[in-house]
Amino acid sequence: MTGGGAAAWRVLRWLLLLVFGAFFAIPLLALLNFSTKNPATKERTGAAWQALTEDPTMTDAITTSLLLAALTVVGMIVLLVPTMIWVRLRVPGATRLVEFLCLLPLTIPALVIVVGLKNVYAWVNYLVGDSALTLAFVYVVLVLPYAYRAIDSSLSSLDATTLAEAARSLGASWFTVITRVILPNLWSGVLGAAFIAVALVLGEYTISSLTHYNTLPVVIVQIGKVNAPESMAAALASLLFAAILLMALSLLDRRRHLSHGGR
Amino acid sequence: MAATTATTPPAPAGRRLSVGPSVGLLPFLAYLAVFLVVPTATVLVGAFQDDNGGFSLDKISKLTDETPLHVLRESLLLSFISAAVGAVLGAILAYLVVTAPPTSVLRRVVTAVCGVLAQFGGVTLAFAWIATLGFGGLLTTLLADTIGTDPNGISQLYELPGLVLVYTYFQIPLMVIVFLPALEGLRPQWREAAVNLGATTWQYWTQVAFPLLRPAFLGSSLLLFANAFAAYATAAALVSQGSPILPLLIRNSLTSEIVLGEHNFAYALALEMVVVVAIVMSLYAWLLKRTSRWLS
Repeated sequence: MTGGGAAAWRVLRWLLLLVFGAFFAIPLLALLNFSTKNPATKERTGAAWQALTEDPTMTDAITTSLLLAALTVVGMIVLLVPTMIWVRLRVPGATRLVEFLCLLPLTIPALVIVVGLKNVYAWVNYLVGDSALTLAFVYVVLVLPYAYRAIDSSLSSLDATTLAEAARSLGASWFTVITRVILPNLWSGVLGAAFIAVALVLGEYTISSLTHYNTLPVVIVQIGKVNAPESMAAALASLLFAAILLMALSLLDRRRHLSHGGR
Repeated sequence: MAATTATTPPAPAGRRLSVGPSVGLLPFLAYLAVFLVVPTATVLVGAFQDDNGGFSLDKISKLTDETPLHVLRESLLLSFISAAVGAVLGAILAYLVVTAPPTSVLRRVVTAVCGVLAQFGGVTLAFAWIATLGFGGLLTTLLADTIGTDPNGISQLYELPGLVLVYTYFQIPLMVIVFLPALEGLRPQWREAAVNLGATTWQYWTQVAFPLLRPAFLGSSLLLFANAFAAYATAAALVSQGSPILPLLIRNSLTSEIVLGEHNFAYALALEMVVVVAIVMSLYAWLLKRTSRWLS
């Protein structure tokens, strides 16, 4: 390639990056602008951000969503991690089945699940009571595809069979093998799965809004009709929170790649 | 011990032994049966039932009425346009990123931002665009002053063109995420080989790189299509009245019980959505298999 061509390409490259940057940055800046402005007087104010910690509707919704995220993470770990370790060690024939089931929620939209959820939740509400926190049951299913990938990549980089055989020959029970031998080696995968689960739960709107539970995104939409700046502030705050979580996840990923010498 | 699974003899006794470990999968299977299989089955069965639980094709035949057909067409159109625009622009952005060194700040920032925008909830993205082009938005006043648009906000934001714009905002990042690995699989040696054989840059792209990337590109586009078709939150937060697209018609029939004179019409609409997404996703899986032959 000639020198002129290379220089033209460099200019074009930065120009394109600039356009993409503007396209993605402007709506986020608009969010910040809107949330720090008094709609009537057009003056700068931090009232909307302050309301996030003072408006009881908002604080209730934030608490609900954070509790839901925690419950979903616990449920996901209890359900998925032992199953995946067990499949790897004892029932390798079921690998494809478990993978298929875990990735299935990508093909069945959340909207479809919520349409068919009425009967299941009639039982859930009958057995454990009517609370927004019961959403965690179905959220565990929603986060499965992402959690599965994170844990699977971490499990693949491990010689689980040898570890298990060593522990078993020293007299460890299967429970000890899973919780005290394999699990400590999987922490980066499990942590990654937990981060992405938290991010997904905090942003989930489809199921919570259609089952009429007041999670954070539902309340953001509700408040948006009366106090737009406050809901803009909440939207930006939750987006930033998710960004921090996913950024931490990518740092974790890089550390794992480095410690294993690339891919 | 692993030895029992590794050396399971074909004898009946061995088979009975291997049933033992499978029991460990029961909690997982039971959980998914209750919270994934039962809801899906409810939809599939419910679509073919009348009000008394008997078999009936009434709901399915109502899908061909004017409103559901129109809504389906709009949904397909929205998914197609946003997937096409997202795929092309996303592929360009992915290329700009992949030509930067793997450790560069640019690459880290772009992949991190894309991860957030593609995966984090649609409600926030809808609000970001309302803050941009809605009433009192950042660009609203600017556009009103310069090219004379409505100072109260761009009304198309709450219609199909607006949905395309807002969907592009998460489709481009998703394309970057799913297409980046394919671009990374394009080995520099192939380019060197082509150049050694006397190929021009143009020939390399049209005869080597594009044919290699085509399955990955089409596969990623299908994924984007399914993503847009099943997306609900963004549209629901943006459009509070009327049901211009399929997900919002489902919302309408869930919240108002009787739509188009039919109880539980949501079952049939949800079935329609599953069928479209399943077709698109199986095409995607098929293309993915073809891609992995070369670019892995």
